[in-house]
Amino acid sequence: MTVAETKKTKYDRQLRIWGEQGQSALENANICLLNCGPTGSEALKNLVLGGIGSITVVDGSKVEIYDLGNNFLLDEDSLGQSKAKCVCSFLQELNDAVKAKFVEEAPEHLIEKNPSFFAEFTLVIATQLMETSLVKLDKICRQANVMLVVARSYGLTGMVRISMKEHTVIESKPDHFLDDLRLHHPWPELIEFAKTVDLSVTDPVIHKHTPYIVILINMADKWAKEHSGCLPSTRQEKKDFKDLIKAHMLSMDEENYKEALEASFKVSISRGISSELLQIINDTAVEVDSKSPDFWVLVAALKEFIENEGDGEPPLEGSIPDMTSSTESYITLQKIYQAKAESDCIKMEQRVKGILKRIGRDPDGISKAYVKSFCKNARKLSICRYRNIEDEFTSPCLPELQKCLNDEDYSFAVGFYILLRAVDRFAANYNRLPGIFDGGLNEEISRLKPIAVGILNELGLNGPTLSEDLITEMCRYGGAELHAVAAFVGGVASQEVIKLVTKQFVPLKGTFMFNGIDQKSQVLVL
Amino acid sequence: MADLSSDPRRWRDVDKLLARPGNIVGQDFEPSPTLREDIGEIARVLVVGAGGLGCELLKDLALSGFKNIDVIDMDTIEVSNLNRQFLFRLQDVGKSKAEVAAERVMKRVSGVNITPHFCRIEDKDLDFYNDFNIIVLGLDSIEARSYINSVACGFLEYDADDKPLLETIKPIVDGGTEGFKGHARVILPGRTPCFECNIWLFPPQVKFPLCTLAETPRTAAHCIEYAHLIKWGEVHHGKPFDPDDPEHMQWVYAEALKRAELFGITGVTYSLTQGVVKNIIPAIASTNAVISAACALETLKIVSGCSKTLSNYLTYNGMEGTHIKVTDFIRETDCLVCGPGTLIELDTSTTLLQFIRLLEEHPKLLLSKASVTYRGKNLYMQSPPILEEMTRSNLQFALLDLMDKVAKDTIHVSGMSGKNDKKTSCLRKLRVVFKGVADGITNMDTTDSS
Repeated sequence: MTVAETKKTKYDRQLRIWGEQGQSALENANICLLNCGPTGSEALKNLVLGGIGSITVVDGSKVEIYDLGNNFLLDEDSLGQSKAKCVCSFLQELNDAVKAKFVEEAPEHLIEKNPSFFAEFTLVIATQLMETSLVKLDKICRQANVMLVVARSYGLTGMVRISMKEHTVIESKPDHFLDDLRLHHPWPELIEFAKTVDLSVTDPVIHKHTPYIVILINMADKWAKEHSGCLPSTRQEKKDFKDLIKAHMLSMDEENYKEALEASFKVSISRGISSELLQIINDTAVEVDSKSPDFWVLVAALKEFIENEGDGEPPLEGSIPDMTSSTESYITLQKIYQAKAESDCIKMEQRVKGILKRIGRDPDGISKAYVKSFCKNARKLSICRYRNIEDEFTSPCLPELQKCLNDEDYSFAVGFYILLRAVDRFAANYNRLPGIFDGGLNEEISRLKPIAVGILNELGLNGPTLSEDLITEMCRYGGAELHAVAAFVGGVASQEVIKLVTKQFVPLKGTFMFNGIDQKSQVLVL
Repeated sequence: MADLSSDPRRWRDVDKLLARPGNIVGQDFEPSPTLREDIGEIARVLVVGAGGLGCELLKDLALSGFKNIDVIDMDTIEVSNLNRQFLFRLQDVGKSKAEVAAERVMKRVSGVNITPHFCRIEDKDLDFYNDFNIIVLGLDSIEARSYINSVACGFLEYDADDKPLLETIKPIVDGGTEGFKGHARVILPGRTPCFECNIWLFPPQVKFPLCTLAETPRTAAHCIEYAHLIKWGEVHHGKPFDPDDPEHMQWVYAEALKRAELFGITGVTYSLTQGVVKNIIPAIASTNAVISAACALETLKIVSGCSKTLSNYLTYNGMEGTHIKVTDFIRETDCLVCGPGTLIELDTSTTLLQFIRLLEEHPKLLLSKASVTYRGKNLYMQSPPILEEMTRSNLQFALLDLMDKVAKDTIHVSGMSGKNDKKTSCLRKLRVVFKGVADGITNMDTTDSS
């Protein structure tokens, strides 16, 4: 095997998820890890295996004996050496294509003294960082337009959160999404083709190989003629419409008619765009200027398209699912959908050019491929905006917080959220985390509790209190970083990094709170 | 250098969880500074599969304080494993996954003892599985999960009131992933649903109808499956298709391409050909890490009681945000696998051979080629030939006599289950009752409770 073939084979199982484009985005990414305990090491391990471009491991500590009990990337030979150096060298062993380097310095020190250090990175993964440093780092990263992923493991709990101004996704690749067949709003070429097919044909072979798209277009047309131009909308009408389809079946085992019955609701979909898309095209960022990101230029073009030649609809996606059909009819349909998608895309391109010219940019400054991908995914666009961490800490969304405190399913998640902040304040007061020494745990509990209650009171929440059991748990953990918890939290962090870097799939929108007690982890959007 | 494996300072973090009391813990939790050592000495864990999940599991378990671990996997290392199976390197390709994985983890975590088994799961006898306190699954096949599940459930015994005997419960922790999605579950046979109780969670894969492939292909996958399932056999009379032979794959690809051109179908690529023919499931390091970590943590919690356990099925989805859902499924009380056993009424004169024939026709069981065991004693074994010969003479005897005249008891049978083309190896527990034999104690119990 050649080197290129080996590489393709090695990454085969992930290329099937994010493709060559996603892979090359990963290979061009430059990632910085702060603190290489098990949480950070495991997060980076997953990225190195997947072929991330460059990594820089920052940690100021030396390897101590307890590191060997929770970090697989360190071994007995590492004792006494720089932790960053040892973790870095093991990571390099996992994948020699990755450019790996380390900085032996405490992250807190870098944040304090050398903020420009972070500017070169695509993304920073900050692990096991206390609140004060984290808030400063968040400001530095936002200033420098560097993405930030925060991860922390603490006993049987932990958290992951993304912080950046805005992340826009074209290829959100949702799991289940209604196909774009336009049976409720067909265009002339599609109707024309459907009319060439006679549904009352008596040849059973031809009859059972008529694709359901054609059946439904013709049936909807027939229905509309008998119902003063309207399509079935009430429950009874939808049922009657199905009966109309059934009446055309030659036998009950015609797969194409069964498919038509199952898909019959698609003719009744209301015209126009989803509320999510409406919100996007009405976002203030649509008022583009010369500094607007390409994404928003495209959204501006999309808005114009929908309001003009789109007749209320976005550009057609252009693909159809497999369905019972003769090869010929299916291929013809496929081409009709593709042609419409291409013509929509050309119109979008013209609008993009017009907008670029208007805002004083090169009219050819956005590639055809980008416009095409945008058109194909226009119905699935996703925008994630993140509050800065300090704002969330000083003024979280109170109704949401209140709701979670009173909701049994969320009580552990929100309890741990408050307690993770409380242990940082505890550390600021006492210069250590609660419960790190054996013995005196009851005293620690009575020290931690008022701090946690204090946080709630500061936020104006005087009613609800935290479960005593959870405060006890937090002291029991004594700042322990358990390997299994770190592997989980680090795993989630690396997954979010992949989504951010590849700009595919939809990243985490709030704070993921790991709950290792009963595994009922939750996401808090505060 | 001093032996660091036994230095307690090394395990500072795990010990906090195991040595300290808490209020949200398992019923049987007895925190103690020596709990980790005790677990390390006493608990024997079997990891089934040394692939994407298995590699992570071995690491996670070794760093959770487990010291006696076995790992079983019949596969060898391939290049396409290297994007996630972090214990393997390019120079390991072709070697046993179980052996390399065990060696690598032992090298990095001193004091842990991992025994590899480079073989099929069916190659091990039941005693092998019975020696473990807990079984952790890192598999990608439904058949293998189902097999281990039936083995573990086979150890379960019930008392006269059909209550499971606690000491016979063999816990299973099962993980699975596909792309950004995965699941982790805890199976306590007799208490929580077993794999078979909600087998519907794993619907069978839909296959293309042959007439579509032969007459009306529409997609690239149809062309590929035509070349793979129909054309190959027509051209290579009798020569089996080997998905691991690149020349075979290349041939299928070329044929699929020709067919696609003929019908005006686009999208046939070599990569898609491999994906369709081998039914490749996408896999990434992060999801495997997350699911394995959840499984390892549950294993530690079940063995130590240091926290509540997952009850009982977790689904993970990282495609849109990070979404976790825990579902508390309920048991199928008359489950063939984890229930008290299928009741079979027999005449006192029924011979072992008649009994075996009866199992084939039993509508619920449809069990062919049965080997029969009673209280650990082989009554009849289909294989190996030496055992078959030794037990053959039993076939003519009355089952009641072979069961030492016990009128009602549990019998274990193994064999093939299912209809014609879909037969899989399985284990079944049967409750055999002989008609007309006075069985004082059992009968009295029944009368009392009714």
